Amino acid sequence: MDKFSYVNATSLKQVTSLLSDSGWGEVMMIAGGTDLLSELKEYIETPKTLINLKTLPGMDSITADATGLKIGALATVTDIAMHPTIQHHYTVLAQAAASVATPQIRNVGTLGGNLCQRPRCWYYRDETVNCLKKGGDICYAIDGLSKYHAIFGGDPVYIVHPSDIAPALIALNASLKIAGPEGEKTLKVEEFFTLPAANPFRENVLEPNEIVVEVQVPQPKPNTKSFYLKAREKGAPDFALASVAGVFEMMGKTCQVANVVLGGVAPAPWRSAEAETALTGKMINEAVSMNAGAEAVKDAEPMNDNAYKVTLAQNLISRTAMMAVS
Amino acid sequence: MASWGEASQSRLIGKRIARLSGKDKVTGKAKYTFDINRPEMLYGRILRSEVAHANVTDLDLTRAEALPGVKAVIPLIEVGRKLRYQGQEIAAVAAETDDIAKDALRLIYVELEELPFVVTEADAIAEGAPQIRDDWKGNQSNPGINEDGDVDAAFSEAAVTVEATYHTPVQTHVCLETHGHVVEWTDEQNLTVWASTQAVFGVRNDLARRFELPANQVRVITEHMGGGFGSKFNAGVEGLAAVRLSRMTERPIKLMLTRKAEHLVAGNRPSMTQHVKAGATRDGRLIAYDMRGYGTGGISSGAGFNAPYVYHVPNRRTERFNVAVNAGNQRAMRAPGHPQGAFAMDSLMDELAEKLGMNPLEFRRINDSSEVRQAQYTLGAQEIGWHRRNNVPGSGTGVKKRGMGVGSGLWGGGGGRGTQARVTINADGTVEAVTGTQDIGTGIRTVIAIIVAEELGLAPTDISVKVGDSGPGLPSGGSGGSQTTASVAPVIKTAAAAAKQKLFEHVAPLLQAPVDDLRIGTGKIYVASDRTKTVTWKQATGQLGQESISEGGNWDEELRQGGVAGTQFAEVEVDTQTGHVKVLKIVAVQDCGLAINRLTTESQINGGVIMGLGQALLEERIMDPQTGRMLNANLEDYKVPGTFEIPEIKSIVFDTHRKVTGVGEPPCIPTLGAIANAVHNAIGVRIRELPITPDKVLTALAEKKA
Repeated sequence: MDKFSYVNATSLKQVTSLLSDSGWGEVMMIAGGTDLLSELKEYIETPKTLINLKTLPGMDSITADATGLKIGALATVTDIAMHPTIQHHYTVLAQAAASVATPQIRNVGTLGGNLCQRPRCWYYRDETVNCLKKGGDICYAIDGLSKYHAIFGGDPVYIVHPSDIAPALIALNASLKIAGPEGEKTLKVEEFFTLPAANPFRENVLEPNEIVVEVQVPQPKPNTKSFYLKAREKGAPDFALASVAGVFEMMGKTCQVANVVLGGVAPAPWRSAEAETALTGKMINEAVSMNAGAEAVKDAEPMNDNAYKVTLAQNLISRTAMMAVS
Repeated sequence: MASWGEASQSRLIGKRIARLSGKDKVTGKAKYTFDINRPEMLYGRILRSEVAHANVTDLDLTRAEALPGVKAVIPLIEVGRKLRYQGQEIAAVAAETDDIAKDALRLIYVELEELPFVVTEADAIAEGAPQIRDDWKGNQSNPGINEDGDVDAAFSEAAVTVEATYHTPVQTHVCLETHGHVVEWTDEQNLTVWASTQAVFGVRNDLARRFELPANQVRVITEHMGGGFGSKFNAGVEGLAAVRLSRMTERPIKLMLTRKAEHLVAGNRPSMTQHVKAGATRDGRLIAYDMRGYGTGGISSGAGFNAPYVYHVPNRRTERFNVAVNAGNQRAMRAPGHPQGAFAMDSLMDELAEKLGMNPLEFRRINDSSEVRQAQYTLGAQEIGWHRRNNVPGSGTGVKKRGMGVGSGLWGGGGGRGTQARVTINADGTVEAVTGTQDIGTGIRTVIAIIVAEELGLAPTDISVKVGDSGPGLPSGGSGGSQTTASVAPVIKTAAAAAKQKLFEHVAPLLQAPVDDLRIGTGKIYVASDRTKTVTWKQATGQLGQESISEGGNWDEELRQGGVAGTQFAEVEVDTQTGHVKVLKIVAVQDCGLAINRLTTESQINGGVIMGLGQALLEERIMDPQTGRMLNANLEDYKVPGTFEIPEIKSIVFDTHRKVTGVGEPPCIPTLGAIANAVHNAIGVRIRELPITPDKVLTALAEKKA
């Protein structure tokens, strides 16, 4: 990696002010560093300054009350996975966090970092390949090897978003708080992520001088069942070939509200309104769940090597729906 | 005649004894080459080609040389020469810190004229492919053709035939400790090298020859090493570069490969593609076999594989050739040629059996002439519960379907001449055993201690074993071909026996008995004809006064034997919704002759099974035809088995005789076919291309449905 200066953060104000004067990549933030360090080592990023966020006070707390959860961006993935309230009331989130990487990475990786992590695409991660995401002319996955790439929303960059936690948060209708030089703002996690058609270079709406500080999750209704299913080639550590976060408000076997968000299939977490519609108000059974899966993938656009992901996403949705009634 | 004696009389040999270096390894006390640091040591790094094929038109090292902290930069290729694969060496740097060395690499200016490349077998053999080897016609070597019997006549007699194509991709060794050396010139003519190698004396002789040094002035040390699997027999480009840099700078150098370089240039198992047709009679005799196949060993040749394999076919025709691609060279890898051949053959056997409507195990029994394996089939089938297998493949109910499969293998082993060893008994009762072999990870230290301790009536922990050092001048061969234990054990045993004899001579006067009436007991020496006459070990060695006993050993043919057979049974569970294959259990029945240490023998079987499982389900070097690059030269996308992949492994040490054979390689062979056949038995669809990943399973299931 190239040399950089290292600044310990003292306040959000100082952080956003340090970020303010440069565009992307000059000044970068580091918390757990589980993603950033590999980018530095591979010269994917070559910042001049790194701001160490771990010295920010109080940003790693998790508080839970009857209205919901507040999770600081510096809470570790382990903190989330092991939190009793999250395990009990926000099961999908605990399961998603527990499925991330390895215990070592979960122990240092943070919520903010997990949401803002960069794609795993093997062209993007190769310094010598100047792909579209890095300012080049083409997405190499189009004519190249695309086993791990997108089946939805790719054009013109066919990466998949690697986060497990993001689909779970979206399925739970979570919001996140962003701090910038002008103060703080809150938006839905769903609105945080963007597709390459809007911006091929970034995966979210964050400006270069902004920082994610907190995630807020409304408490699910008592009749909610939620699950995170992650299909991968290897038990750990491995990113999702496809995953699904399913949150279902149930009345007996009838699904009153369904939130279904796919991971690993699109450049952003992929909410399947089609699956949600197919499940909402229905008695969940084999046929209904199968139909929800089929509806979810009817507009999928697989690439050369990833048609299997269409089947996989479909099957995961069916499975998670069936879990709500079993 | 020398022998290892009866099992009933062995106090230690054949028992389960914990590895002597185990505690050092788990506590981090064991020093690997990576852990060696020398005073004033510099760090070496190698600049490698990032393109698959190019002419080097200019190379300028001056900016790198000018970087503060850089002590030497050397070219490793001449201007005007060709780079023929990603990872090929261009230049090497020595610097005060590893970070400076890395920075220096980026300051080296290389001008290239890029050339057309081929990185996949398909591209290499396609019409109009650019020729990448000057000495071949096209990108294929001359085919080797063999024919036995009358193949055409046999096919006309066959009641059933199967025609299929089987493929295994390139697998890399993934040594947990990458290749590399720490090098130190103690003076102009004396070189000490800490090497991560499986051939201490091989590296010594290699370096002595290349640097024109007397062999006895090169000392190579490998106290512990993190895996070799056939890829670590020589000093390699990196070792030679380290020695040169050290000579130039007059400082010690540490130069270890990066994980990326390890995948790119440190060897691999070649790929295999077989188009095969085979026929059998109605009563299940395999009579006809016709195979055309190839593989790639990268830019080199050496992509051989065994076909047919294990099972006897009287009429057979084979044609095989090498395909060159712009990628790093193959090297020997754990049972070279066998696992890929076994996968194809065992898949083929199951396909034929299915057409015959015959149980695949019965079909094997008819065509397998090995009595050992016949017995192993019976034992393995019992252990796995073969009767629970689906009679109709894919007939299980539910989303997760289970299936069972079987596969077979064979290997040589048996050791050979060339090991020198000494066993020394000191007056204070301490014992040393020294030889120039190395512990590639199989536990030879413990094996040596067991043999000496058995001979001298001591405990293995009483024996100080020194291996992995050429300094004492007691050569031994490289650890390859499953030969180490069988090569070393006879020499150690005869050395220990000779030392014991010498000790008896010292003790005989004290016990007032003839030497040939003395025997070793546990911690004592006694007189056979009058057991009341004994001395303790300490009393006995006390007789030595100021002397020590130090005896060499001899190679003894009678103590070893080559040739093993193995069979494995797999039970898997396939999730038909996700395509994920979970191996539930492997029963590995492995013939191995005398297991000196049953525990580490079982560990070797476990390790072989895990490596075979990786090849069956996960591992593949992925080359990108677009960029000419390996896309998964890391451990994120090159997936090796982890904790979650490891099934219950029932390792059965199948003793067939009491001579040492060696078992490092054979247990990785039958696993592939056993798993592939189990997957077919579970889902009723055959996957003929490894690794069996979810995409292939889901695609195959979708095709079956359609």
